[in-house]
Amino acid sequence: MTANVLDGTAAAGPLLELFSVDLTAASGRCEHCGHVCVIAETVLYDQAPGLVVRCRGCDGVLLRLVDSGDRVWLDLRGLSYLEITRD
Amino acid sequence: MSFAPATITAVRQETPGARTLTLDAENWPGHKAGQHVDVRLTAENGYTAVRSYSIASSAASGVLKITVDRLVDGEVSPYLVDVAEIGDRVEVRGPAGGWFVWRGTSDEPVQLIGGGSGVVPLMSMIRSHGDAASTAPFRLLYSVRSPTSALFYDELAQRTTSDRSLTIDFAFSRATPQGWPSTPARLDRAAVEASVLTPDTGATIFVCGSTPFVEAIANWLVEAGHPPDKIRTERFGGIGVSP
Repeated sequence: MTANVLDGTAAAGPLLELFSVDLTAASGRCEHCGHVCVIAETVLYDQAPGLVVRCRGCDGVLLRLVDSGDRVWLDLRGLSYLEITRD
Repeated sequence: MSFAPATITAVRQETPGARTLTLDAENWPGHKAGQHVDVRLTAENGYTAVRSYSIASSAASGVLKITVDRLVDGEVSPYLVDVAEIGDRVEVRGPAGGWFVWRGTSDEPVQLIGGGSGVVPLMSMIRSHGDAASTAPFRLLYSVRSPTSALFYDELAQRTTSDRSLTIDFAFSRATPQGWPSTPARLDRAAVEASVLTPDTGATIFVCGSTPFVEAIANWLVEAGHPPDKIRTERFGGIGVSP
């Protein structure tokens, strides 16, 4: 399997299992460099044990999601905040 | 929202390397133009693979169709393009993604720029635009190798006739139709500037294709004066997602 580099938008499905709004349309501020970006346009790596979403500005980790089937781990510590527009 | 069972109810060969699958998914809620679905395949030994595919069908249709391009070394796309048959069962999760979406709620001009199979979510927007009889000016710039590898080639030609607010520009990189006014060439900055709506139109621009394609186009657009917040991008890489 080749290493895929995807857009954050590919995390929309897994996040929809946990949240009632689409988080990929939200803007997030990178805790590492302060860059604000829509999650859909961040960089997503899916060849780790889970999903890793990184900042397009500094490559810092914004979000990690690991799904073992019966449990999910979600690490959002790389995001200072998310700005979510009501649909 | 989790995975739901879905049955393949129709298949259509679009090009030698791409097929459209119609999926009848349980409790499908409908979608917005530009969204995708995650498709999960499970092997007999329990091994699963999940990939995201752009929805090609019109939002107004209520029907879920995905157009899949076969990727060399792909794990899922060769099955969907070459093997899957009507009646086969898969699982789908979605619709997903709320950013790369045309909602059809305004008459604001829209510029679509697609590279290769990046045209699929843009096709959903074009079909939705036609079905809603929207008067929003729509312009598509479609960069593709040749007429035979162009997705939806005949339908796009037909839609430029039936949908009066739709304009389509093809950029062929390897081979053109007979009698085409220009020779094949890679899409360059001058060609992009000549065939997209100008910044003063206030157009929202959707760009979808490979990462290098999207990066190059987005940079040219910004340099040409398009506001970055009017440019929405989607890069694909045979979008794969672990479960």
